[in-house]
Amino acid sequence: MVDLTDGRGRVRRRAGVRLWLSGLWLGLLVVVALLAPWIAPKDPLAQDLFLGRLPPFWVAGSEPGYWLGTDSLGRDVLSRIMHGARIALLVALIAGTVTGLLGATLGLLAGFLRGWVDVVISRMIDIWMAFPPVLFSILLIAVLGPGLTSIIIAIVVIDWTRFARVIRAEAMAQGAMDYVASSRVAGRGRLGTMVEEILPNVLPTIVVLLTLEMGIAVIVEAILSFVNLSISTDDPTWGGMIAEGRSAIHQSWWVLVFPLATLFLTVLSFSQLGEGLKDRFDPVLR
Amino acid sequence: MADLYTVQNLRLSLADMTAKPLFGAAPRIEILRDLSFSLPKGEVAGIVGGSGSGKSTLGRALVRLLEPSGGSIRFDGTDITHLDDAALRPLRRRFQMIFQDPMSSLNPRHTVGRLIGSPLALHGFEGIQGRVGRALDHVGLPRGFAARYPHELSGGQRQRVGIARAIAMEPEFILADEIVSGLDVSSQAQVLALLEGLVRELGLTLAFISHDLSVIRRLCRRVIVLHRGEIVEDRATAELFANPQAEYTRDLLAAIPLPDPDQVWA
Amino acid sequence: MPFLQVSNLSLRIIGETPRLLRSVSLSVGAGEVRALVGESGAGKSMIGKAILGILPRAVEVVEGEVWLDGQNLLAMPPMARRRIIGAKAALIPQDPLTALNPSRRIGPQITDRLVHILGWDRARAESRALALLEEVQITDPARVMRAYPHELSGGMRQRILIASAFAAEPKLIVADEPTTALDVTVQKQILRLIKGMQERHGTALLFVTHDLGVVSKVCQSLSVLYAGMVVEDAPVRDFFAAPRHAYSRALLAATPKYTDPEGSLTPVPQTVMDAVRAEVAAADGVWHG
Repeated sequence: MVDLTDGRGRVRRRAGVRLWLSGLWLGLLVVVALLAPWIAPKDPLAQDLFLGRLPPFWVAGSEPGYWLGTDSLGRDVLSRIMHGARIALLVALIAGTVTGLLGATLGLLAGFLRGWVDVVISRMIDIWMAFPPVLFSILLIAVLGPGLTSIIIAIVVIDWTRFARVIRAEAMAQGAMDYVASSRVAGRGRLGTMVEEILPNVLPTIVVLLTLEMGIAVIVEAILSFVNLSISTDDPTWGGMIAEGRSAIHQSWWVLVFPLATLFLTVLSFSQLGEGLKDRFDPVLR
Repeated sequence: MADLYTVQNLRLSLADMTAKPLFGAAPRIEILRDLSFSLPKGEVAGIVGGSGSGKSTLGRALVRLLEPSGGSIRFDGTDITHLDDAALRPLRRRFQMIFQDPMSSLNPRHTVGRLIGSPLALHGFEGIQGRVGRALDHVGLPRGFAARYPHELSGGQRQRVGIARAIAMEPEFILADEIVSGLDVSSQAQVLALLEGLVRELGLTLAFISHDLSVIRRLCRRVIVLHRGEIVEDRATAELFANPQAEYTRDLLAAIPLPDPDQVWA
Repeated sequence: MPFLQVSNLSLRIIGETPRLLRSVSLSVGAGEVRALVGESGAGKSMIGKAILGILPRAVEVVEGEVWLDGQNLLAMPPMARRRIIGAKAALIPQDPLTALNPSRRIGPQITDRLVHILGWDRARAESRALALLEEVQITDPARVMRAYPHELSGGMRQRILIASAFAAEPKLIVADEPTTALDVTVQKQILRLIKGMQERHGTALLFVTHDLGVVSKVCQSLSVLYAGMVVEDAPVRDFFAAPRHAYSRALLAATPKYTDPEGSLTPVPQTVMDAVRAEVAAADGVWHG
């Protein structure tokens, strides 16, 4: 029977385009990140003060080969964005996955087992959420020292609550369903029921959160680079480029705008990918 | 005949979370107060009552989804009142339950085959695929339905899957909790006829919870009337309909709108 | 012309061929109570929604007319239609739990309609609401007006929805399975209440239900629906004495009746289902070739 109440049919058709576009952008980004050393037109670190502040190719005064222009030190913006994608995606993938695994596991345990497990995990979530996340991450990096690992640890430590909170609520709602009672009537244990019955039903939510989290990880990495707390200042990062571009916005807008647009598109793509995947692969919605 | 279930002075109270103070424990509400009855093997008993009568709570206590707070429940001689999950596990195969809402009681992510088969695997049955097929035969669904998901079925078909899942375990006792109240009248009649046939064929003991005395009269030999957590009447069906004793039973009967314009209904 | 006249109404989901309603015609005279009977998916609620102008957005009218008090609703601009329906018709919804806004007090939820649609002043609307709550046998109306929905029982809330439906003195009320969620003992009280109010106010009532038992207690005539098609239209007494259509007969035989345990709850024979499906297919054949 067709659901008449919300015209889901139309929403689904848009989800197809959404999935396709976001997938295309992210796929392109992955390819670029993997092949950056070979396909980047210039060395991202090479400075040439004579070629400083070249505009992008369609503006008068541009130089061939420097498609998106150069910054004040004469470094190629396009090549730097391409190399920056490596770090951005690495952080997104590792930090997103680890955060998701940790948060979803704790959320499932709290929401399904309830009792003292829930009390402990919920209190932890409450306390965690009381810290301002940006300050918390800066503090953590200050303690751990800058570097890729520190950024990933900081994201995991701060953002697991995002998963735990939502998955806990979902697991609680699912736990009240009769199929859980039915699983107990069948004689399945608590953990077995959690994995067999609850997990498949919260999986779509986990996928959506996971892709959102990857987007957030990209932003956090950019923010930390922006305040110069990321990895070594030599390696190009989008956040670092945005920080540098900001100071020269009036002389050379392209140094700021291109990395910013890349960042924006990437984060948007991650969130759209999640929604699209959920609509596409949820057997209940289909 | 020997009793399959013996229930003595059963009490059950639940925490009332709506009245929980900020600190301290929530007050407890008595759902079942001092119930005693027994079910002989092969009995088909109806449990009837309005919302809030405690009939579903009683059912869930019988299959030990809930733990009683007082009294005792014996199943085939074993006291199951306070057994923990591990001790209950080997017994669970023997008492099964069919739920009211098949949409909520069938995991939407699992196929029909898995819904019926995975409890069997858990209890070490062999030849699971064949058993799933035979269970589907029993409830009049094509074997090909094993590959379908619950949302691809109609309400009546879903409830048949619920029945198939229960009988596949070869239980001695089945608790049916309002299993036809969500169905259209035409599927309701079919599902009841099906259950009636299965109970006879498999020699099951059945407790049939319902708010509808008409349905109970068709299926059950005995009726237990529950009102506010107490048994107000427990008699053979024919006697109860001929001469209802409790005032609540009489009110209940008088309130049923029969499909008959000449019924006096005032 | 009767107060409500639905003629050859056909609906479908936008972009899909099969129809939800297949050329439905029915009428409700002033003060008449007509039942709309059918199983889930038969389209009975959809008719009520079409009359009240609250069809889901994905549904479109293929053809047909809905005349309310001599005016063709479907031919009107939406705003004018909404005003006419607001002044002349009302709904008693199915689920008393979700039909009231949980975060607002009862009083304004009843009076809003009077103030906004009929332009009454607040004091007059409130005294009308109090009188109505008394009429639906609520003991302390003033207190209930200040209460929030969650403080009241299901039966109480259904009474409030009935009071609210009658508030603007509509000439037609569509009751969409108003007692399905209630216990039989409460159902009896509510049905007698609706029937009594309907008689006192002389309101026409379109009573959507799946329960033939309820039909025989409340209604004067009925339309039996299958797959969006009216298969039988009869006065209640004639129907229960001898239903004409085979599907209606099977439906009546399937309805529980504790006074007749052998003759009731009879499963609908496959031949009957096949025949009525063939009838629907034949009707579709005329439209779709």
